[in-house]
Amino acid sequence: MSHPCLITLDSRSAPRTLFSGDRLVEVDLPTGTRVLYSKPPIEPLKDVDAAIRYALNHPENSEPLYARLRPGMKVCIAIDDISLPLPPMRRPDVRERVLTIVLALLADYAVDDVEIIIATSVHRRMKAFEVRHVVGDRIFDKYWPDKLYNHDAEDKDNMVYLGTTELGEEVEINRRAVESDLVIYVNLNLVPMDGGHKSVAVGLCGYRSLRAHHNPRVMRDCYSYMNPETSSLARSVDRMGKLVNEKLKVFTIETVVNNRMFDKPLEFLAKNEDDLSPAEKTALRALRFTLDKVPQPARQAIFQRVPSPYGVIAVNAGETVAAHKKTLHKNYEQYCVPVEGQADILVTGIPYISPYNVNSFLNPLLVQVMAQGYMFNLYKGAPMVKRGGTMIVLHPCTDLFDNEHHAPYIEFVHRLLPETRDALELHRRYEREFANNAAYIEMYRKGNAYHPTHPFFMWYWGEAGRQHLGRVIVVGADNEYIPKLLGWETARSMEEALRMARLTAPANPDILCLHLPPIGMADVSVPPGAGGVHAPSDHR
Amino acid sequence: MPASYFDVDGTLVSTNLVPPTLYYLLNQPTPIHVARSIARALFKAPMMAWGEMQDRRIFNEVLFSVFEGMSEDRLVTLADDVFERVLKPNLYPGARDLIRTCVDKGHEVVLISGALEVVVHHLARHLGATGVIANKLEFKDRTATGKLLRPVVAGPNKALLVRDHARARGYNLDECYAFSDSYSDVPMMSIVGYPVAVNPDRKLKALANAYHWPVIDLSATAA
Repeated sequence: MSHPCLITLDSRSAPRTLFSGDRLVEVDLPTGTRVLYSKPPIEPLKDVDAAIRYALNHPENSEPLYARLRPGMKVCIAIDDISLPLPPMRRPDVRERVLTIVLALLADYAVDDVEIIIATSVHRRMKAFEVRHVVGDRIFDKYWPDKLYNHDAEDKDNMVYLGTTELGEEVEINRRAVESDLVIYVNLNLVPMDGGHKSVAVGLCGYRSLRAHHNPRVMRDCYSYMNPETSSLARSVDRMGKLVNEKLKVFTIETVVNNRMFDKPLEFLAKNEDDLSPAEKTALRALRFTLDKVPQPARQAIFQRVPSPYGVIAVNAGETVAAHKKTLHKNYEQYCVPVEGQADILVTGIPYISPYNVNSFLNPLLVQVMAQGYMFNLYKGAPMVKRGGTMIVLHPCTDLFDNEHHAPYIEFVHRLLPETRDALELHRRYEREFANNAAYIEMYRKGNAYHPTHPFFMWYWGEAGRQHLGRVIVVGADNEYIPKLLGWETARSMEEALRMARLTAPANPDILCLHLPPIGMADVSVPPGAGGVHAPSDHR
Repeated sequence: MPASYFDVDGTLVSTNLVPPTLYYLLNQPTPIHVARSIARALFKAPMMAWGEMQDRRIFNEVLFSVFEGMSEDRLVTLADDVFERVLKPNLYPGARDLIRTCVDKGHEVVLISGALEVVVHHLARHLGATGVIANKLEFKDRTATGKLLRPVVAGPNKALLVRDHARARGYNLDECYAFSDSYSDVPMMSIVGYPVAVNPDRKLKALANAYHWPVIDLSATAA
């Protein structure tokens, strides 16, 4: 018997409602289609502050935090940036709660030399109001901007080279962290690819380190990003993180949130359409109607201005690997739905948000990374779709970019993609040029733009999906040239897309629909001897 | 190796050509000289305003005509003060970092300005720029005639000067950068591979957005 979150459509099933950017689209899927819904949110911890204190006092494979403090010592606290969680969490953000307790503890032990760094790596700098939202008024007013600030990976004077791993990966991180007697990392683990060694070794590093693993070769060898055991990216980051932890004293605090992305008025978006009450059906129709009628900025505001009521379901602290192991377990408990067998055709809507467009527009390159990067990789075990299979996505693919946040993306999409879509060629011919673009670097350092290499990483992020999938068909695109630049085909309706997909699929294809958000994952098992499973080249 | 060409007024400093000129005029040997220079400048003000609307070159030529009769020694001696008291306090906080980034990336950094070369040299030294293309006054018997030597550094001429400079140094213009705040510098920005709008005026901002040129706000950046 299949999991209650995996349902099979029959002739009486209602149409499914999927996201297409910031709109909702009703689609009819064939009888026999399996639809994967996210699991209901795990009940949050009753007393989060108590859980934080317990984790600090009973850490994994480490002395309690208080035992590692000495009066007058130098401490660096690093926190996850705005890319987590999605959408931003309703106040108080769990990072504020952890920071409040940690800072009080530091004060009790006469540790005054404390700086808080937002571990942005090559993400955009967070704006003051965004930082305030994450850390709370009291901490913001006391520390911003001198003792609470964004990491700057291009501030060469403040980056320190720590050495190379056994495979030659260069590790360079923020000077303040290196020169501190203790680094405390405050993480928010939304999905299994977050946290662990990635926190310090990626969050506080720069391009010199990132290029070791954010490249097409490593990305192709990830099965999947959400499963560290079978991800070359995670293995590379682990090697670098191990080196960091050998050189620095790191105390990791990881927090896990459930998947309660929508609050009461929108909770029905996570439900099986066949189970909606008459009131919920009316609300869904009204929401769809409203989204169809209002202009794009209003649609963006409807979804992005309302923070999510995530609940904290675990707090783990101590040595990085040991704490992260418990975190991963909780993430999988929240997300993984067992699925037997891979599909020939995977259908999913692409929502309005990704880790890289908080408070801005999901541009075409990010649509690509959502489809072939994130959605494709929401699996453990085997991929949801067979090698050479088809992915059908819903999104308008509007040719619109945020000039402030995504300046280098525009040149990447409109100058480089018409030249080639080959990730290796893009890497070889253009990445260095972008990495040295003085204007983009200035926009990253002093403005609020992503680093000029970030669009390349976004393209590589889709590489595993691109190599695995035979075709991607987009339904509802408002233009043809953006899908063409991305290497996608277009269809005017789901019916047409399925007809196109069937041309290259076996008779009676197995169709799987990923009904997200909220976030869910498939734990795909494949019967022995079944064809189409990828063959990972090397699982070191 | 590419080069980065930086406009100065409005791009790296928040002033324009007028305050440095006024500083010169207010620091004449005697009060009578000062009064005479100021009166002459005021008399020419309407023509300057008209020139600014027509062509930046006309404005520059009218503005610098007020230097007529000033000794070369005085111009050079006061240049240091003009830099220290007028330009340096008005440098945008992020100007130095931006130029350092360009130098770190291996660019030759050239300041291209309608201001007087003697003053711009001080700024270039302070910022770490390696080259200067700026206006020069004509002198006769070590006294300024009030005329600018050709070519006048302004508007479309900047494009020609950048092209000549790049050609002489063997730079590929497609690899070069041009930074400016003003729509009047669009010719210069259009001939390089990487135009960048810095603290852009309304017209330049609209153009930069239309062509997806990077836009930098140096006035908002930390020192």
